[in-house]
Amino acid sequence: MTVPATVRIQREPFDVAAETKTLTRGRTDAGAVVTFTGICRGAEGDESIAALTLEHYPGMAEAEIERHVAEATQRWPLLGVTVIHRYGRIVPGEDIVMVVTVSSHREAAFAAAEFLMDYLKTRAPFWKQVEKAGEKTWVDAKATDDAAAERWAAPGRDAAE
Amino acid sequence: MKLRYFAWVRERIGKPEEDVELPAGIATVAELITWLSSRGEEYAYAFENPKVIRAAIDRTHVRPNTAIKGAGEIAFFPPMTGG
Repeated sequence: MTVPATVRIQREPFDVAAETKTLTRGRTDAGAVVTFTGICRGAEGDESIAALTLEHYPGMAEAEIERHVAEATQRWPLLGVTVIHRYGRIVPGEDIVMVVTVSSHREAAFAAAEFLMDYLKTRAPFWKQVEKAGEKTWVDAKATDDAAAERWAAPGRDAAE
Repeated sequence: MKLRYFAWVRERIGKPEEDVELPAGIATVAELITWLSSRGEEYAYAFENPKVIRAAIDRTHVRPNTAIKGAGEIAFFPPMTGG
């Protein structure tokens, strides 16, 4: 059985509730839905953030996320997955990314959502530029994000595979 | 061969993509980076710390020692910061 899986990269805002309904409507086997939404913060420490601008690699961004969605559906008994990632200029309070996972039970839905977000942060070709006090700087990758993604790697698996 | 650059790699080089004719003897991603670095100060600046540069061949992540033979499009970019 093919698991319904949707990956979209778009400039426009998304509607988490509508996307969730699309996955669960008309089915009675779904016992758990986990949704994660990443939102643009308005400050980093004491410094206020005017906006984030996300650049991506069209084609590869979709392909890379689709690869990880396929892996998630292999690893966990999922009934549906939707991942949407925005690009372009995003102001504080606006959504950046969403992941919805549906399963019969909560463990698979939680684990798959976390797996997808951890991989998205370190492997999906997106780059954030932050605007503070009129200056734009590229956000540095975090070692904690790499460590979070490594947790899911199978032993001996090559990080670049 | 088509090369694409993203984020600060793109900004430092000053263009998002270009077509290049590679000289003979360049077999791997790392060798391509070394050759690009010699093409001018903007390239040297973009690739000044090759360890942080990530690469993709035909939209799949690759490592520095990956062979570039047969590649249609090679992209260079900083570590990813999406999500």
